[in-house]
Amino acid sequence: MKILVPCKRVPNPDLKLKVANGSVDLAGTTWQVNPFDEYAVEAALRLTEKGKGGERVGEVVVVSIGPKDTSAQLKQLLAMGANRAILIAGDDGALDADRVARILGTLVVAEKPDLVLMGKQAVDGDDNQVGQILAASLGWPQATFLASILLAADGKSATVTREVDAGVEERRVHLPAVMTVDLRIVGKKAVRNEALAPATAEWEDTQRLASLKGIMAAKKKELREITAESLGVAGGILVKTLRHEAPPARKAGVKVASVEELVAKLHNEAKVI
Amino acid sequence: MSGTATLVLLETTTSNLRSASLPAISAARKLAQVNGGPVVGVVIGSGIAAAAQDAARYVDKVLCCDNAALAAALAETWAPVLVAAIKKIDAAALVASATSAGKDILPRTAGLMGAGMASEIVAVIGAKAFRRPTYAGNALTDVEVLTPVVVATVRQTEFPPAAPAASAGTVEALPPGPIDALGSEFVALHASKSARPDLTEAKVVVSGGRGLKDAQNFKVLEELTDLLGGALGASRAACDAGMVPNDLQVGQTGKVVAPELYFAVGISGAIQHLAGMKSSKVIVAINKDPEAPIFQVADYGLCATWESTVPPLIAQIKTVKAAG
Ligand SMILES: Cc1cc2nc3c(=O)[nH]c(=O)nc-3n(C[C@@H](O)[C@H](O)[C@H](O)COP(=O)(O)OP(=O)(O)OC[C@H]3O[C@@H](n4cnc5c(N)ncnc54)[C@H](O)[C@@H]3O)c2cc1C
Ligand SMILES: Cc1cc2nc3c(=O)[nH]c(=O)nc-3n(C[C@H](O)[C@H](O)[C@H](O)COP(=O)(O)OP(=O)(O)OC[C@H]3O[C@@H](n4cnc5c(N)ncnc54)[C@H](O)[C@@H]3O)c2cc1C
Repeated sequence: MKILVPCKRVPNPDLKLKVANGSVDLAGTTWQVNPFDEYAVEAALRLTEKGKGGERVGEVVVVSIGPKDTSAQLKQLLAMGANRAILIAGDDGALDADRVARILGTLVVAEKPDLVLMGKQAVDGDDNQVGQILAASLGWPQATFLASILLAADGKSATVTREVDAGVEERRVHLPAVMTVDLRIVGKKAVRNEALAPATAEWEDTQRLASLKGIMAAKKKELREITAESLGVAGGILVKTLRHEAPPARKAGVKVASVEELVAKLHNEAKVI
Repeated sequence: MSGTATLVLLETTTSNLRSASLPAISAARKLAQVNGGPVVGVVIGSGIAAAAQDAARYVDKVLCCDNAALAAALAETWAPVLVAAIKKIDAAALVASATSAGKDILPRTAGLMGAGMASEIVAVIGAKAFRRPTYAGNALTDVEVLTPVVVATVRQTEFPPAAPAASAGTVEALPPGPIDALGSEFVALHASKSARPDLTEAKVVVSGGRGLKDAQNFKVLEELTDLLGGALGASRAACDAGMVPNDLQVGQTGKVVAPELYFAVGISGAIQHLAGMKSSKVIVAINKDPEAPIFQVADYGLCATWESTVPPLIAQIKTVKAAG
């Protein structure tokens, strides 16, 4: 089983976002792997190991399109356990979801993975598009917003559950496919490869951290840097960002001292009860 | 070049238009004002003739793609139908509400067509320009789609539910063309049963967080919810801990709500949670920690435990209601 995991670096979501003069100022931010992509890497590692921490069978390749220093995030993913990494030089301003998907598409054709596993959404752009566009451009099936993956022993299909508005939807999907993951994919029993792990297998309730051993091992792993041009991707963006603006601030509220006061305010002032 | 029609994907049961699609119709009408053409709905499914008639009350025309192999909303089979619909009416735009189906199917449709897409728009600025939240709602971003056909999903809370049009539109059959699910198969929907209104449409939402500690304690929030005729919501922490089903999660990656009245009980107010409820009209926070960030967005903050405040709150609201 070879799994390709596209990963985006995103600005730390816990830092206050600076929005001024029509743009977002990311100069002082710190960068990290998009949380959903980290979850996708964890899921890919589980699908290729003989139970928690077991021997790796198959290959997990992480890929990012970004500036040169995205190598720091890729190294972290190698330290988590991914086998190798590819960094495709790219500048956010020259990308949109379609272009990201087209670049990834050419890489998929070259790498021939059995599965592309990725986050459902990048927590900066919040587009929730790349996986679906990628699947369309490859003519592959797609399984989005996954809460669980059970890979069949023959590696040819998977039974998945998806988090949908009305509850949980179960689907069967043939490989190769594009799958995008939701938060719950890192649950203890959310992901399993029938060929490698018994039904009783369990993992931590979260993504793994890079161990010291992992960090040492990562130093010897391949991190290849290439350009989109070398993959033969032509064309430009389909969606242009015009400007950013800070959302209107909510007017400051008040602290109430008691339930009585709260009920009085809701009834007489806000008139909502 | 493309024409002037605005196409809107309308989700249905076999007999009815789903209310989740009403905001998309409002957005489509706005776009139609700038595009100058008609609003055309497209309904897809199996045995949906009655639903197509229901949907026609809202739009100039409905394209109905009714086929047994289209019963489940699979992006693999539905996206090509949407492409066929766009071509048939030479549409300038395709929109849908940002439901789980809309978010799954529209990007695939855009991908098949090489069309640019704007996700979860909150305003129509022009025929190809839209405003949308980014960075968990910490920025509003204006984007321009550069392709002849425009694709967009619509944030349901930011467009009013559409009312029926003055006169009903016509229904026309749309042949599906070849249907290939690429091996994907719908197995089952494990629906969470609830007699309460939909989270995204409720006028009151009562949400609980990790501070509730366990599932049993949500009972008291449910009582408050039902007293106010609202919907129950939760933070990620409460969902992850199994206190409530995951589809109650409110936030950047859960449901986006904007009710008249939102209660955040035992919720700290992480940005990912705020992203899903910041547009609520009135926000009430009950939290024992005076420093909790939720108080920064709350109109009324009560710094106390839920144990000591929610039961008397229920009692006093009952009294107020009884007094009319
Ligand atoms: C200065 C600046 C200017 C920008 N200008 C534009 C613009 O003009 N038009 C525009 O559309 N966008 C613009 N963007 C945003 C753009 O670069 C987005 O990253 C892109 O649109 C993809 O959207 P998303 O990240 O929200 O993708 P989503 O669809 O939310 O991402 C889903 C998944 O796709 C994968 N993925 C996404 N991006 C990458 C990547 N780079 N490498 C590997 N995997 C990835 C990840 O697995 C991710 O979880 C700009 C950003 C910046 C900082
Ligand atoms: C990629 C990503 C996506 C995410 N998406 C979402 C999302 O969509 N929605 C979401 O909600 N979160 C989301 N999160 C998680 C988010 O960051 C927070 O971890 C989460 O919202 C915290 O939930 P909480 O407020 O219930 O818990 P906590 O932060 O633990 O807060 C519990 C609060 O309860 C209070 N409390 C404790 N006991 C009592 C008591 N007896 N009475 C009153 N108050 C009490 C405490 O003071 C505290 O403020 C996401 C995170 C990531 C990384």
